[in-house]
Amino acid sequence: MAQMTMIQAITDALRTELRNDPNVLVFGEDVGVNGGVFRATEGLQKEFGEERVFDTPLAESGIGGLAVGLGLQGFRPVPEIQFFGFVFEVMDSISGQLARMRYRSGGRYSAPVTIRSPFGGGVHTPEMHADSLEGLMAQQPGLKVVIPSTPYDAKGLLISAIRDNDPVIFLEHMKLYRSFRQEVPEEEYSIPLGKAEVKREGSDLTIVTYGAMVHESLKAAEELEKEGKSVEVIDLRTVAPLDIDTIISSVEKTGRAIVVQEAQKQAGVAANVVAEINDRAILSLEAPVLRVAAPDTVFAFPQAETVWLPNYKDVIETAKKVLEF
Amino acid sequence: MASKTKKAQFDAKKQLETVEEQFQTLQILSEEGKIVNESAMPDLSDEQLQELMQRMVYTRILDQRSISLNRQGRLGFYAPTAGQEASQLASQFALEKEDFILPGYRDVPQIIWHGLPLYQAFLWSRGHYEGGNIPEGVNVISPQIIIGAQYIQTAGVALGMKKRGEKKVAITYTGDGGASQGDFYEGINFAGAFKAPAIFIVQNNRFAISTPVEKQSAAKTIAQKAVAAGIPGIQVDGMDPLAVYAAVREARERAINGEGPTLIETLTYRYGPHTMAGDDPTRYRTSDLDNEWEKKDPLVRFRKFLEDKGIWNEDMENEVIEKAKDDIKEAIKKADDTPKQKVTDLMKIMYEEMPHNLKEQYEIYKEKESK
Repeated sequence: MAQMTMIQAITDALRTELRNDPNVLVFGEDVGVNGGVFRATEGLQKEFGEERVFDTPLAESGIGGLAVGLGLQGFRPVPEIQFFGFVFEVMDSISGQLARMRYRSGGRYSAPVTIRSPFGGGVHTPEMHADSLEGLMAQQPGLKVVIPSTPYDAKGLLISAIRDNDPVIFLEHMKLYRSFRQEVPEEEYSIPLGKAEVKREGSDLTIVTYGAMVHESLKAAEELEKEGKSVEVIDLRTVAPLDIDTIISSVEKTGRAIVVQEAQKQAGVAANVVAEINDRAILSLEAPVLRVAAPDTVFAFPQAETVWLPNYKDVIETAKKVLEF
Repeated sequence: MASKTKKAQFDAKKQLETVEEQFQTLQILSEEGKIVNESAMPDLSDEQLQELMQRMVYTRILDQRSISLNRQGRLGFYAPTAGQEASQLASQFALEKEDFILPGYRDVPQIIWHGLPLYQAFLWSRGHYEGGNIPEGVNVISPQIIIGAQYIQTAGVALGMKKRGEKKVAITYTGDGGASQGDFYEGINFAGAFKAPAIFIVQNNRFAISTPVEKQSAAKTIAQKAVAAGIPGIQVDGMDPLAVYAAVREARERAINGEGPTLIETLTYRYGPHTMAGDDPTRYRTSDLDNEWEKKDPLVRFRKFLEDKGIWNEDMENEVIEKAKDDIKEAIKKADDTPKQKVTDLMKIMYEEMPHNLKEQYEIYKEKESK
């Protein structure tokens, strides 16, 4: 076992699948000799050659089209969108084309494409780089949307995403790239898509979360523990489709839940989780299900970013409202 | 204080003229059915010439019948093709079976001649998912709706062929309006950068629904847009099947020889409306313009050419017309006999495996659809 950061675990997953399957292709802006702006593809072009790992012209829509076309030719494309804030340039390829490939072709063609992209706040990027747009992706049937919170999960989930025969949007939180190291097996392993993980067991409150907010939620749970509250934390890992069973069985046990997301409150994954809990576990609830989220503005510029982003204190505050209801 | 007028750094007028003058329209067969460019004449046998004529006649009948079936409510979405037969069919005729076609919404005839069964084209028109379920061995995808999306996908298909070391090409079609899309440029630019074996066709039929080509761009030709991507471009008389065939054949040769993509602009005209969903061309076209283009008709000039060669006559034409009518009747029957598509069918092919939310909804719709 090696100690790896999330970015190293991602590189390791890409290397694993480039080795395993000659149809896997890694491409995007600056992913070749430069190894990607975050170094996610470091050394891969050198190891696998320009046929397998290559730079594209600077055009996200073109990258999306390339992925659709290579998928039609039996390849397993793993394009990188340099920052997820640039996704609007490639929305037709994602929502219009990849998500509909199976249906539009009556099941004949598929789109075994994994789009990797860094996202998320807290690293003071220039504007339009860091937006949490997973809600936009999760609203599109035909896609799977995966967000790892640890190096171990990143490797196992990315391997599963690449092997999946449907399009996967794989979002890598920038703040988690190098924030900590973890034991990651050097051999291959996979973590199933669509399965949440109970990160911490508890009996008084369920926190459903994903991405960087997993860590804020765990920290909040530890603080609450000191006050005698037993908090369960669920990391969704795949935000679409949701792992309903894990969420509901936890809520049935605790009777109270909050949902924590870094994205704005007005729409998105948390709203969907709340709705599912209301649909399925209303009679188990002792209190309303509340959300912790960023305010309903566009993503804040770096000067205001720290306050804009939810943190463990916000989680504790909302958790207490639900616990004391 | 106004700055002193400086001498121009370059001759802007000359720069554009130098580019534009290189994009003269290739014509081989004149409107009168005479060969006017012997040296460019493609190498086609009499049988091949007859076959191409048969396809054009057949497709004209298919268009007429499709319009009437649409009016009877027996077809759904339909974009008329009459006038564009040379652009559509001669370009497909220049391909090999292993080449892959990514059509636009009007380019159904090409994929039919590339192997899509007619009844599936009708199902596609009716909005039935079986219409897109292309049979194994037929190298096409169903027509693209988002204008330009097929261009960037073609770069991908062609790059895939190159990576596999296959001697074949990807070909795609859009219109004069499509050439204004960002994806148009991204597609030709990506294919150029990768030297991918692609052929990009723009059927310039002068109107994007109602907007005339003059309002699409300051570029005098669409073919010259190839220059910006560093790839060859050519403008051809899109009512001349021989010119279209020759240009596509040459582009195909270049592509499979590793010389990269080509942009081909075909000057053509759609006689009918944009689609059968209420478009009225009299709002934006004059009958003078319609008449001017109908004189250039691809069937008229090709028929004359073949008759002069003594390899075409009225009986042969009638035989094709009857065959087309029979085939259409049979295909409509087969489309009618295909069970109506259900919501549960759609649910089954959203993903390889139904996720939990769809599984639940599947049961609900199965129940609804059993009533």
